[in-house]
Parts: sequence; structure tokens; C-alpha cells
Amino acid sequence: MLLQQLVNGVTLGAVYALIALGYTMVYGILELINFAHGEIYMIGAYLGIIFLGIFTQWGLTVDHLLLSLAMVFVLSALYCGAYGFTLEKIAYRPLRHVHRLAPLISAIGMSIFLQNYVMLTQGSADKVFPHILLSGGIVLMGTPISYLQIFILLTSISLMIGLQLFVNRTRLGKAIRATAQDQKMASLLGISIDLVISVTFIIGSVLAASAGVMVAMYYGLVNFSIGYVAGIKAFTAAVLGGIGNILGAMLGGFVLGLVESLGASYLSSEYKDVFAFLILIVVLIFRPTGLLGERLPEKV
Amino acid sequence: MTRQQTKRVLFAAIWLGVLGWPLMGWPRAGLFTASVFVVGLLWVALTRADLPIRRVFQAPRLQLANTLGKFAMEGKRFPRMILIGAAFAVLVITPLFLNNYDLDVLTLAGIYIVLALGLNIVVGLAGLLDLGYVSFYAVGAYLYALLSTRFGISFWLALPLGGLAAAALGVALGVITLRLRGDYLAIVTLGFIQIVHLVLNNWDSVTRGPNGILGIGRPAIGSFVFSQPIHFYYLILVIDLITIFAVWRLSRSRIGRAWMAIREDETAAESMGMDTMRLKILAFALGATWAGIAGVFFAGKFAFVSPESFTFFESVIVLSMVVLGGLGSIPGVILGALTLVILPELLRGFQDYRMLFFGAALVGMMLFRPQGLLGGIRDESA
Repeated sequence: MLLQQLVNGVTLGAVYALIALGYTMVYGILELINFAHGEIYMIGAYLGIIFLGIFTQWGLTVDHLLLSLAMVFVLSALYCGAYGFTLEKIAYRPLRHVHRLAPLISAIGMSIFLQNYVMLTQGSADKVFPHILLSGGIVLMGTPISYLQIFILLTSISLMIGLQLFVNRTRLGKAIRATAQDQKMASLLGISIDLVISVTFIIGSVLAASAGVMVAMYYGLVNFSIGYVAGIKAFTAAVLGGIGNILGAMLGGFVLGLVESLGASYLSSEYKDVFAFLILIVVLIFRPTGLLGERLPEKV
Repeated sequence: MTRQQTKRVLFAAIWLGVLGWPLMGWPRAGLFTASVFVVGLLWVALTRADLPIRRVFQAPRLQLANTLGKFAMEGKRFPRMILIGAAFAVLVITPLFLNNYDLDVLTLAGIYIVLALGLNIVVGLAGLLDLGYVSFYAVGAYLYALLSTRFGISFWLALPLGGLAAAALGVALGVITLRLRGDYLAIVTLGFIQIVHLVLNNWDSVTRGPNGILGIGRPAIGSFVFSQPIHFYYLILVIDLITIFAVWRLSRSRIGRAWMAIREDETAAESMGMDTMRLKILAFALGATWAGIAGVFFAGKFAFVSPESFTFFESVIVLSMVVLGGLGSIPGVILGALTLVILPELLRGFQDYRMLFFGAALVGMMLFRPQGLLGGIRDESA
């Protein structure tokens, strides 16, 4: 029972962590809460279903299941990357040098817009993800773990390792870190801030899209409103870990997933969301910058 | 129109069309691309620097409204009185010619004006980003709902009680959270409204969960009971006027100026000897008071409360009103509240597309007037 809940919690946490990464990276550079990020995740889930539907029509899923599944992931991720790029260009870039609340309201407007856009084009009823994939599982110490859970965990962890390598080992990753640290200095040293910000949005959206496709597979149902709740949870995870901190977002996501899953099964399932927010408030009271956040000196 | 511009519009239209294609399906995506192209070309043609239409976007009419608003607040005494008197007469007489539906919309706008002015104290004056402001609204509404249905306490007694209870909660929340700066405060207040919403939904024995509380007593004076929409219109009008007066006096007081100092530079304010912690808690409490009062009125007007009215989304709408109107500017915030209540009504003809346009309008208004319709505070990119 406990092990089962731990596995569920970690699976859920991996998804939160992937979405939280997008929030935290954008925040690290722009100090903007990208409220529309949850909608990108939701669009990713829809695109997963749509592309899989197309491949099924073409008969690809019968002979080349894994290949078409990989294609679904890649296509959804690319599309969502394009969505994130466009979103930043239309709604945030013109507002970069205005007071902080203007881009926030613009983000809220975009979130409402994208939600209704999907509702109008795809309908307000739940969409079903065909249950042909990765059924079955293994039994570990008396606990059934589905292949899907293993797949979600492995994929998320590889994406996170990939992100860490990208941010820490590549030139562009270095540019992202430099921009997050000091935008003005970075631009003086010849880093194209516009490019860095676009790349950040694209990476965040790609991660959110992967999370979206995996959730669609895991729960089998998708609705246009899922982005809202997941967005709030993932943002909570990002703050819990220390916003702007990439490792913190991963840690925060897993902590949140575990708290929710354990709280729901041992305390009360109706109040499971309350536990998540209570943990957040308690952590912030004792560590105002989150679990892994650094204490920055106040700028005078 | 240059060839390059045409090319750019074409490229943008195709890009958006390709983005929309999987979700929209083929024929719709094609139509969408074509319409984006046409609208884009029209836009480029109409906004050329030498055309008079460009001036519309610089909003001379808004400038006029701003001047009038300023004049009403700060102008010379005699003409100011005439202007205020005329505005008051319009507000009192017009509703006599309106139907009940319009009156209800205006009453709702009145509630949002109280809420937005209250939030303006917190966000606009003191510069604290509060995303959970509607929790105080919920406290007022549920307090009156419970007091009325269980103990039969009158509306008039509940009105100040609701304000006090909300203020007390504001102090409690402030003491816990105001050590956090900037967006950490935002997320904790966001968490708070989620908790409040969940508790209202699940604490069945007190709040009756998602069903809400029915049969809340209507306000009454002697044997006269407020029952028609027009009664409530006049009641909220009075509450609005009191709110406007109080918030206006407050913003020009010593405390108001101290809040603005904290908003502009907290460290500097602290080093000038201000007790910033106490001032921030005070801003939370005084902002919350108005939400509590608005909540009591809400419960009295609709005689029904349910958790659906007190969500994070509602908080976001009130915040949008404040930012859209112009942070810190009282006429601006009133205009913002009116705009965001009346805009969806105007869009009612579009039915399903209403919220789509509403979202797009929020983005568009921020892009064209990021400082808000009647921008109050100076531009701060820092």
C-alpha cells in the first residue's frame, strides 16, 4: 500500500516537475509568472491524441507502435515549442520593459484565450486517449507497477538529465544562465537576449508538451480545463523548490506529487490539494526562498 | 504598404494557420489563415504613421476622462461641486429608465468597483501582489449567510461585521506572509484562495459544500424590504460612494503616502524610519475590509452563496480590473471594473466566442496601453 502510493506519487511528481521547469526557467530570466504555461501543457495533451489519431488512420500504429508513439511525442513537442515561441512573441515581448503587472495580465488573457480556443475547436467534452499502449506491468515486492508508470518515470528523468546537460554544458545553456544572472551584462557581452528568451520558452513548452502527452496516456482522458489546475500545481512546485532554480523545480515537483498522493490516501482525498498548498506555505515561512533557492541580496 | 510588410503579414498568417491546423482541422485552418492575412493587411494599411486613425490609439478621449477624473478629485471647489453634482444626478436618475437586467449588470459592476478599489489599496498603493483577494470577499459573504440563516442577524449589523472579520483575516494572513517579497507573496496568496475554495466546498456541516447556502435574509429598513433590482442598485451606489470617498481620503493621507513610498522603494522607505511591516499589514487589512463589505452585500443581493463565486479566477478578474484601469488611479480602477463587467455583456451576442474575445481583449488592451486606461503610476521598468 505504502509502496504503491509512493510509486503513484513519484509518477505524478515527475509530471509536475516537467511543467514546473518551464515556469522556473521563464521566471529565472523574465521574473514573469507565465500563467499560460499550463495551457501549453493542455495543448500538448490534445496534440498527442490528435496525432495518434492520424497515425492510427494511416495504419501506422499496428505495425510500428513504438515508432508512431515516438513520432507523436516529437511532433507534439515541436508544435508546443512553436506555440510557446509565438506566445512569447505576441504577448510578452512587447511588454518586456513595462511595469511587472502588465505582462502578468497579458499572460492571464492568453491563458483564457487558449483555453477557449481549444474548447471551441475540440469541444468541451472529455477526449479519450486510445488504450492500446503499454498495458500490463510488473510486480515489485507485491506492488503492481504498470509499464506506463515506468515509461513516464524514465522519460521524465531522461528529459531532466538532458536539460541539465544542455544548461550546464552547452554554449546556449551558458548564455541562458548568464542572462538569468544579469540580463544587461549578458547583452553587453554579446548574448542575444531575444534568442535566449525564445529558446527558454521553446524548451519550457517542449517539456510541458511531453508531460501533457504522458498524462493523456496515463489517465486516458483529456479536457480543455486540465491546464489550469496542473499549471497552479506546477507553479507551486516551482516555488516550493525555489523559483528560478532548475534542480529546485524538479525536487519541488516530486515533493508535491508525493505529498498529494500520500495525503490523499492516508488523510483525506477531498483535502489533498489543501496539503499541497499548506506544505508550500509552511516551507515558505521557514525558508522564504524555497527549498533550494538562494538568498539573494536585496537590490538597492 | 511596402512589399516587405506584405510578406511579413503573409508569413505571420501562414505561421498561425499552421499552428492552428491540428486543433482546427483543415478547412477552418485555411479560412483562419486567409482572415489573418486580410486583417493583418488592413491593420498595416490603417496604422500608417500619417493616417489620422493612429491618433485613436493614443486615446485622446481617455485623456479627457482622466482630466475630468482628476478635476473631480483635485480641482477648484466650486466647479468641482457642480461636476460631482451632475454626475450624481445622472447616477440617481438614469436607473429609473433601465430594465431589471441592466440594473443587475450595473449592481454587479458596483460590487466589482468596491472590490477593485479595495484591491487597489493593496496592489496599486502598497505594491503588494495579492492573488487571493477574493478570499476576503468569501469571508464577508459566508459570514452574513451564516449569521442570517442561523441567528437571524440583520444585514446592517452584518455589514460592519463582515468588514471587521475580513480585516482580521487580512491581519492574520499578513502577519504570516508579508515577510515574503514580490512573487512569493503572490503564490502564497494564490495558495490561500485555493485553500479557502476547497474548505468552502468540503466543509459540508457549515458551508453545505457545493450546494451553497440558500435563503439568506434580504436587507430591510423597518417594514421596507430591499427586493427589487433598483433597490439594490441604489444601495450599492451608496456603498460605492462611501468606498470612493474613503479610499480617496486614505490615498492622500500620511498612510497612503507611506504605502506609495514602500511601493516605489521598500528599502528606502524603511531607512526613512517607516515601520514597513506594520504598514503592509495595514494595507492588507484595509484592503480586505472592502472585500468583506462587498461580500456581505453580495450575499444580501442574491440571497444565495456558493463556492463557485469565490475562485482564483475571480481574484484574477479583480486584479485585471485594477491593472487595466491604471494602478493606483481611482477613476482608472472604476473604469477598469466597469469595462470588465460590461465587456462580456456586450460580447453576449457572440455566445461561445465570448470568453475567447475576452482573453484576447485583455492581451490587446495590455499591448496598447500597458500603463492601464488611465495610467496612474509612473513607468517603472526596474
